[in-house]
Amino acid sequence: MAGLATTFGSGAMTNSINEIPDAEMLFLIGTNTTEAHPVIGYKMRRAKRKGAKLVVVDPRRTELAEIADYWLRLKPGTDIPLLNGIMHVIIREGLHDQDFIKERTENFEALEETVKNYTPESVSVLTGVPVNDIYAVARLYATTDKAMLFYTLGITEHVCGTDNVMSVANLAMLTGHLGRPGTGVNPIRGQNNVQGACDMGALPNVFSGYQKVIDPAAREKFEKAWRVSLPESPGLMIADMIEKAHAGELKAMYILGENPVLTDPNSNHVRLGLENLEFLVVQELFLTETAEYADVILPAASFAETDGTFTSTERRVQRVRKAIEPLPGMANWQVIIELSKRMGYPMDYTSPEEVWTEMASLTPSLAGVSYHRLEAKGVQWPCPNSEHPGTPVLHTGSFTRGKGYFQGIDHIPPGELPDQEYPLLLSTGRILYHYNVTTPYSAGIQSMWPEEASELNPDDAARLGVETGDKVKVASRRGECVTNILVTDRVPPGMLWMSFHYKNSPANALTSAALDPVTKTGEYKVCAVKVEKIQEVGTCGGYM
Amino acid sequence: MIMDFVKFTINGKEVEVQAGISIIDAAEQAGIDIPRLCYDKDLSPVGACRLCVVEVKGARSLVPSCVSPVTPGMVVETHSPAVIKARRKVLDLLISNHPLDCLTCEKAGDCKLADYCYEYGVKESSFEGERHNYAIEESNPFIVRDLNKCIQCGQCIRACDEWTGIHNLNFAYRGFDNKPSTFDDLPYVESECVFCGNCVSVCPTGALTERQMKHKGRRWEMKKVKTTCPFCGTGCNFDLNVKDGKVVGVTANRASAVNGRSLCVKGHFGWDFVHDERRLTTPLIKKDGEFLPASWDEALDLIATRFKGIKDQYGADAFAALSSARCTNEENYLVQKFTRAVMGTNSVDHCART
Ligand code: SF4
Ligand code: SF4
Ligand code: SF4
Ligand code: FES
Repeated sequence: MAGLATTFGSGAMTNSINEIPDAEMLFLIGTNTTEAHPVIGYKMRRAKRKGAKLVVVDPRRTELAEIADYWLRLKPGTDIPLLNGIMHVIIREGLHDQDFIKERTENFEALEETVKNYTPESVSVLTGVPVNDIYAVARLYATTDKAMLFYTLGITEHVCGTDNVMSVANLAMLTGHLGRPGTGVNPIRGQNNVQGACDMGALPNVFSGYQKVIDPAAREKFEKAWRVSLPESPGLMIADMIEKAHAGELKAMYILGENPVLTDPNSNHVRLGLENLEFLVVQELFLTETAEYADVILPAASFAETDGTFTSTERRVQRVRKAIEPLPGMANWQVIIELSKRMGYPMDYTSPEEVWTEMASLTPSLAGVSYHRLEAKGVQWPCPNSEHPGTPVLHTGSFTRGKGYFQGIDHIPPGELPDQEYPLLLSTGRILYHYNVTTPYSAGIQSMWPEEASELNPDDAARLGVETGDKVKVASRRGECVTNILVTDRVPPGMLWMSFHYKNSPANALTSAALDPVTKTGEYKVCAVKVEKIQEVGTCGGYM
Repeated sequence: MIMDFVKFTINGKEVEVQAGISIIDAAEQAGIDIPRLCYDKDLSPVGACRLCVVEVKGARSLVPSCVSPVTPGMVVETHSPAVIKARRKVLDLLISNHPLDCLTCEKAGDCKLADYCYEYGVKESSFEGERHNYAIEESNPFIVRDLNKCIQCGQCIRACDEWTGIHNLNFAYRGFDNKPSTFDDLPYVESECVFCGNCVSVCPTGALTERQMKHKGRRWEMKKVKTTCPFCGTGCNFDLNVKDGKVVGVTANRASAVNGRSLCVKGHFGWDFVHDERRLTTPLIKKDGEFLPASWDEALDLIATRFKGIKDQYGADAFAALSSARCTNEENYLVQKFTRAVMGTNSVDHCART
């Protein structure tokens, strides 16, 4: 979420989910909401029925694309020129919100300068989106009062993910669609507590509440509270960890509840890195692909076995309540305490609530949140004190960083494009029925949707001689795997689309090693592959 | 917002309510519960079952309170003898064609039809009638559909349409054969169904039930624990149903801030991974390439020794931790605290940055 943090000073969804049914326009960029976030998708359908205009930007014909007023089927990886083209029209036609720009933002000239070059005509060539649609969507967005922007994986999982996010923010600022209900820039976050993991400081550069580790005052506060001296320099991001493991500089890791071998792009690289460690501890619910590499596996407790909190994509902190005893005998928080004690640093919490209370006392944006207040409906941060009602809409008076910062952003082509040898573009995403690591262990869900079906356009299918139900081998420069094919015009010609949920078809064995230089997010969305029909059912593996 | 208010009289008491609301909602505000089978505040009203009828002074017949707005000066009786008689008749008719197998019904204890029959003393039907003999649909892993128990309230149809936005259901056939049906009367698996189970959540009878909860216990034995869904960032809430220390199902909870009673297939039916037999329950230590079970003490002592050794030998930056976007805030806070305060490095991250 680095992009939004640069523009506004905060990287979370600016508005709230229950504003959706009353919005007048929903502008979705790279988000297949009805599958990835179904209940948000329900609300979008409801808004559409109530008369809201719906614009969907996606190469794939998603469910919402089918009912959209405008479906902009752009070429993958061309979000920035499209957004620049839309802003070009808005500025040229004088539809931008000049008061908002003057009072609330800075550096508008830079944006103006950049988007000047992106005429709808040239953008249409780059993106494949018709000129008329660019005009129509630009006018519609600029002139609709309650217009909400949404995006997810589709836009953040690119080499230029950070830039994409800043482009979306530019568009909202340009038209003053911020700081009011029914507007905003809304990244819908994938995993249930990715917002919370970031908020809690499970990041190499910040403590909880995004307090920087390089800030001496912040460090001093935590040093006093924790009674230790703390390291000054930021730590490693996950991609760097894997690099350092390869290089033999990283010797030991503790991995709680993540399965990077399956979920990270370029999984073979991850395998090799983990193999190279001297000592790996993995704490998991199941014997995952990552756990196989561990020296010690600790059994984890599930969400049903612990008290605690999750923070949703709309910054709402809500209670998780213990329903049953932890199956492994200990909840995860107890395990960390036990380990810490054995290493000579006792942590004397007797409940997750005490952990929360300590965190809140050190974290200004959550200082007003107590378990007691979460009882009924949760609280949306920032919530600086116990009288504060929480914040459904961010940036109402000013941005977290003061003024919103415009940036001129140019088109960066995807890191790897199809060529003669690897003629198809692979794109990956989420499907309704699965969720990373847990759903494959749901008997019901697994029995209904047991296998990957990769989507291929009828034109390509005919050329390759494959039909729905056929098994094919998919190969990229990094690895290969076997998958079933579903022939459908949901995907455009030249594209193969896979989800990343099934371990028998690990799409991430194929994906690109190119990373966004700022967030180090893997480029899951775009990579070049070739497809071959096979007769035998084989198993999968990467090139080791 | 400026609101208009109207005064009216209900069961002899004068009350003031917001203009335009229905008698049934106004009664609720006045602390009077009017029975209902087709009405739900979160669905559009249709006035189909007529159980909610009330007497309105001056009206020629009883009026269904869920579709009748309060008007100024209106005088309403919600439990007059005429009303009670009418409600008994409605219930009598409904059970004339209802298998009274409450002894084995999964919904027993949580069935509106049974509750109202109890309240109004309707024990058996005075009508002799034809009975349905629909096959019970169990061809999907999530929802059991026994339309013999359907009372044609239509709530499932509206929940599917108005909450999920799928419109997979509609009434089909006429008269006695009238029932909620998918297009072409196909089983759910062959229909457009996305298995959100929202139809199950609103069904007042045993016609639609959660298959995972079948034979897992009586509804009143289940402890409900409200929690937050672990499957995506929307933050839906629901109740885990617990019996004998095991999760046996998920049911919707009206008091959920984000989703109300709407859920998706993952939240409603994906919970069973919790008791999957492949769950790890004991620490495992790898010896000669093989994982061998160990006690918590053994495992934690070994980890502490190795972590300490590596830190002493190579320095703090030889260690890194990955926390989890699936785990709780408290767990994440502890992982970063452990990494920073105990191991002495800032190398902590989690996998998903999206
Ligand atoms: S499960 Fe959901 S989609 Fe299927 S019929 Fe019921 S409400 Fe409709
Ligand atoms: S199945 Fe249930 S909800 Fe649907 S009409 Fe019948 S009784 Fe009502
Ligand atoms: S019920 Fe579905 S939409 Fe709601 S949080 Fe769970 S997975 Fe997300
Ligand atoms: S509840 Fe009013 S008619 Fe059914």
